[in-house]
Amino acid sequence: MKLYGKYFAMHLKSLMEYKTSFFLTCIGQFLVSFNVFLGMYFMLRRFSTVQGFTYNEVLLCFGITLMEFSLAESVARGFDTFDSMIRQGEFDRVLVRPRNEILQVLGSRIEFSRIGRILQAVVMFVYGFSVSKVHWTFGKILAVVLMLIGGTVIFTGIFLVYAALCFFTIEGLEFINIFTDGAREYGKYPVSIYGKRMLQLCTFVIPYALIQYYPLLYLLDRGKPYYPLLPLAACLFFLPCFLLWKLGVKHYTSAGS
Amino acid sequence: MKKYIAFFRLRFSMGLQYRTAAFAGIITQFAWGSMEILMFRAFYQTAPNSFPMTFQSTCAYVWMQQAFLALFMAWMMENEIFDTIVSGNIAYELCRPIHIYDMWFARSLATRGAKAVLRCFPILLVAAFLPAPYGLMPPADPIAFGLFLLTLVTGLGVTVAFCMLIYMASFFAISPSGIRIVATSIVEFLSGATIPLPFFPDRLREVLELLPFASMQNVPLRIYSGDLTGAPMQRAIMIQFFWLFALIAMGKLLDAAAMKKITVQGG
Repeated sequence: MKLYGKYFAMHLKSLMEYKTSFFLTCIGQFLVSFNVFLGMYFMLRRFSTVQGFTYNEVLLCFGITLMEFSLAESVARGFDTFDSMIRQGEFDRVLVRPRNEILQVLGSRIEFSRIGRILQAVVMFVYGFSVSKVHWTFGKILAVVLMLIGGTVIFTGIFLVYAALCFFTIEGLEFINIFTDGAREYGKYPVSIYGKRMLQLCTFVIPYALIQYYPLLYLLDRGKPYYPLLPLAACLFFLPCFLLWKLGVKHYTSAGS
Repeated sequence: MKKYIAFFRLRFSMGLQYRTAAFAGIITQFAWGSMEILMFRAFYQTAPNSFPMTFQSTCAYVWMQQAFLALFMAWMMENEIFDTIVSGNIAYELCRPIHIYDMWFARSLATRGAKAVLRCFPILLVAAFLPAPYGLMPPADPIAFGLFLLTLVTGLGVTVAFCMLIYMASFFAISPSGIRIVATSIVEFLSGATIPLPFFPDRLREVLELLPFASMQNVPLRIYSGDLTGAPMQRAIMIQFFWLFALIAMGKLLDAAAMKKITVQGG
């Protein structure tokens, strides 16, 4: 953990050499996810509800999902450039050091420009909460906390799968974006609106619904009492991801020169 | 002119080489398209009367958008061009007896064109065979289809001309990534990539339709889906041509200014 802190400080210092560009990039990141919000806003202004969810409820859902994603992203986006790390043989260097390899990969790149997006997430999160007409109880606050934990774990797991697959393909796989950026983009609405099949898929295969739809129902007083505990079950998803990574590390043969 | 056509052909055939990447892209775009349609379906089921287009034309819009994504996405800019500007390799380009602006223009057209050609057919084919409201309907009539193709090309021209402005602007900044990301996210929203323009509130839409961003993907996609016909369509096409020439003129001006001021550092 101390090591991660050091990586963090190092990246921050190097970045502050290019301040203007940094702030513009932050604004850009902010705008990118703001687009998603505006899209949702205009849609719901026209239709006022979607499959029984009002604007305020969708907003709450959007805020929480974006927060989950941003938390995971700020930890795990280092995996994003993992394919070039393998291609250039830098991963060899990681393996010979007596530290955890995941930690080193994550530390190799920390993107502060994501602050724009995190800021956006915080704003949306707070805004979503302030306009939601939820009666807050201890159970519901616990549900939100568990949602955030579960969401971060799942998204981190998917980033890990992306990196693990690089061991086998050497190239980054674009279609994993569906499960990260796509989930963020379409996770603004509760999963159920996409139809029953999609809900089943997101419950049993990749458990997005467990961190988004079911606990959300609980927050809106429509769910069963065990719904807030489902994010914990979603954390199990991390296990196969981690195993895949381990398998990848074992399988790894250096590609660098 | 001949040399730029040669550039175009060179880049085009280079772009056609990336078939695996195209395959991955097709899968991704297919998934995005499906999610987009499922989302619109949810709204459609909730309140069919507030839907500004027919559901079928919305589906056609989405599929066409995914098929020709590479033509219109402003963020698909060429990193190599930015790299030459930042690293100073631009000096070599300047030694050649060509115009930078024209060469890059030809090059961007070629890259986008090649990407789109590789990707569009499988998507169009699968989308055409999907069951009725969700699939891609055949074009309404041959004239509309001809106009669709025409505006597709002008729309591509407007998009590239806009990207050229960003390339040119990065001559004046040390690190271009900031300008780039701000500009592209604005384009993305105002051009109807996030949600189609008819879904915007009417007042706002009327203003947006005059801006260059609406002349990118909005016009051809809506002509194909049958949402834009008659007099508004003619007006939209005129606006498209206006912006194409205006943006190119602006780009050329910026180009001239940049060439005067350019200093290449390093030896």
